[in-house]
Amino acid sequence: MQPDQLRDKPACWPQEINRAAEGIRRRVLEHTIRNGGGYLSQACSAAEIFATLYLRVLNLGEVTNPLEPAPFPGVPGPGNTGYFTGAAYNGPKSEHNDRFFLSPSQYSLVLYATLIEVGRMSSNGLDHFNKDGGVVEMIGAEHSPGMEIMTGSLGQGISQAAGIAMARKLKGETGKVVLFLSDGECQPGQFWEAVQVISHYRLDNILAYVDINGYQCDGRVETVMNIEPLEKRLESFGARVFRIDGHDVELLAALGRAKTDGRPTFILCDTDSCRGVAVLKERIPKMHYVRFTGEAEKKKYQQAYEQLRQGCMGG
Amino acid sequence: MEILTRVHARNLVEWAADKPNVIVLSADLTSSTEIDLFRDRYPERFFSMGIAEQNMLSFAGGLAREGFIPLVHTFAVFIYRRAYDQIAMSVAYPNLPVKMVGFLPGIMTPGGATHQAIEDISVMRSLPNMTIFECGDASDVESVVDAAYAVDGPVYIRMLRGEIPRLFAEPMQPGKARVISTGDDLVLLTSGICTEEAMRATSELKKYGLSITHMHISTLKPFNDDSVLDAITNSRYGVITMENHSIIGGLGTVIAEKMAEAGLGKKLSRIGLQDTFVHGASKQHLQREYGLDAMGLIREVERTVDTKFSISEDQISEAFVAAVHSQAKPEAL
Repeated sequence: MQPDQLRDKPACWPQEINRAAEGIRRRVLEHTIRNGGGYLSQACSAAEIFATLYLRVLNLGEVTNPLEPAPFPGVPGPGNTGYFTGAAYNGPKSEHNDRFFLSPSQYSLVLYATLIEVGRMSSNGLDHFNKDGGVVEMIGAEHSPGMEIMTGSLGQGISQAAGIAMARKLKGETGKVVLFLSDGECQPGQFWEAVQVISHYRLDNILAYVDINGYQCDGRVETVMNIEPLEKRLESFGARVFRIDGHDVELLAALGRAKTDGRPTFILCDTDSCRGVAVLKERIPKMHYVRFTGEAEKKKYQQAYEQLRQGCMGG
Repeated sequence: MEILTRVHARNLVEWAADKPNVIVLSADLTSSTEIDLFRDRYPERFFSMGIAEQNMLSFAGGLAREGFIPLVHTFAVFIYRRAYDQIAMSVAYPNLPVKMVGFLPGIMTPGGATHQAIEDISVMRSLPNMTIFECGDASDVESVVDAAYAVDGPVYIRMLRGEIPRLFAEPMQPGKARVISTGDDLVLLTSGICTEEAMRATSELKKYGLSITHMHISTLKPFNDDSVLDAITNSRYGVITMENHSIIGGLGTVIAEKMAEAGLGKKLSRIGLQDTFVHGASKQHLQREYGLDAMGLIREVERTVDTKFSISEDQISEAFVAAVHSQAKPEAL
């Protein structure tokens, strides 16, 4: 099936998602300026993916009032009775509901901004960001808002999600296991071990969005370690793969809700890591983390922020 | 001495019958880790994960988060050496009830350095939330699954396979040393396969009037057994530890730490692999080469008490080792 055939009929929800995506970028940019640095390009590339997931794809339990981040509950262990994960931000669990897992927790700031945009975290939630004793960590862990498992050691997210998907099948649960992945994390062997196992056991309750923004810590993915042609590699491992424009919210939504065919589904999203913040292009190919070189650069980003804000108010 | 075969294989099938949340994972070593009978009996609860241990450990973490108790089976080396980060982050940090059953501890394989787990206790012991058990006989093998199941968190087991002696009549009790003999001259702490060897040696040493408190240690972490420290306190010559593992980070280190913390000024001798890798050869050959056999222990005892005993290898091999009943049945000691 061609992706275009799955496109929904015209409606107003795409505008709503696009607005949320702009809000995600704006919040992350604002935060980057305030902090003197941040994972900004990740917001630029993945804003539409996150907004579409939370507004159109994920079937999650409701969160009636936006949650205020609680203090860090301590690490899990036998003595810690007050321990919690960040799963509450994704609403109550049920056998029909989906579960969402952020695999590259370097994208945590993007997830937090999303949770605010969709009304699951309080609008001042980012005030807790990277504060000692808090849970809104720069590289989130399972206690961070919207998170539930230990990811960020790249390659482990998909394997844990695979175990959860298998468990849900064994328990007869119908909800999906939805993963957000980045392109760089398709390099480790464990990622391919996991793809191998989910196709072997036909875990078609797995739906993975991969943000292919083309950059990783050291620079362009193709120069650090080529992963292409990723769709062919994944297909040959037995997955169902779509490759789309990762900023096209209608396609992101339609493919996320497409019927499964017995194979796990990967939606490869080609994205622009400077989308909405053109000044980021000056940093190519070092896109992984923005740390301002000085006041002059910071000023440019302040101007970009003003543009985003005005664009949003105008639209 | 009673010798049993494929103890884990048969025990696991029976044990898991009323535990539907127990799932067994295999990394292409199904017969080699004695889970073939489980696979045949409960195919819906058995998953082949291929030679892909990193995924297997994280996958097990995922299963455990959903209420299952995964029993990961492979050779010990492939658990902690190949998937350490996965154990740390997908299993140990979240304190998930994944039970890692590691076979071929130490010198138990002629497979050589690639297959010999000589520093697994050292590595796993430093992981927070981890519990570590080691089996030394058939009753340990039969009861360690219960002990592991009762722990609400990750457990690493040094497991035995194939032909295994029955040294003890009762099941192991987590956190409690098994007392094999009592005496004031010397404390002897042994674990795993070393216990049987030590029993051969002590049965001969007794003839020379040496009184030894011999304890079998099956819980390596957490280690809070005061009876062990009490025995060391009361010993004339101090304590000897004997383990099928590097002397760095295993039983000898556990005891050294405990003694230092308690301020016990007694001599400690550690029998084990003396900070060396091992090579492929038979168990008997390696035991002798690295001093992990009864004769190795006797030589260490001779040094400790500064006396020569004329005990021959023939005497040792003929030494009869009978199953020991716990102190709960003192008449049988």
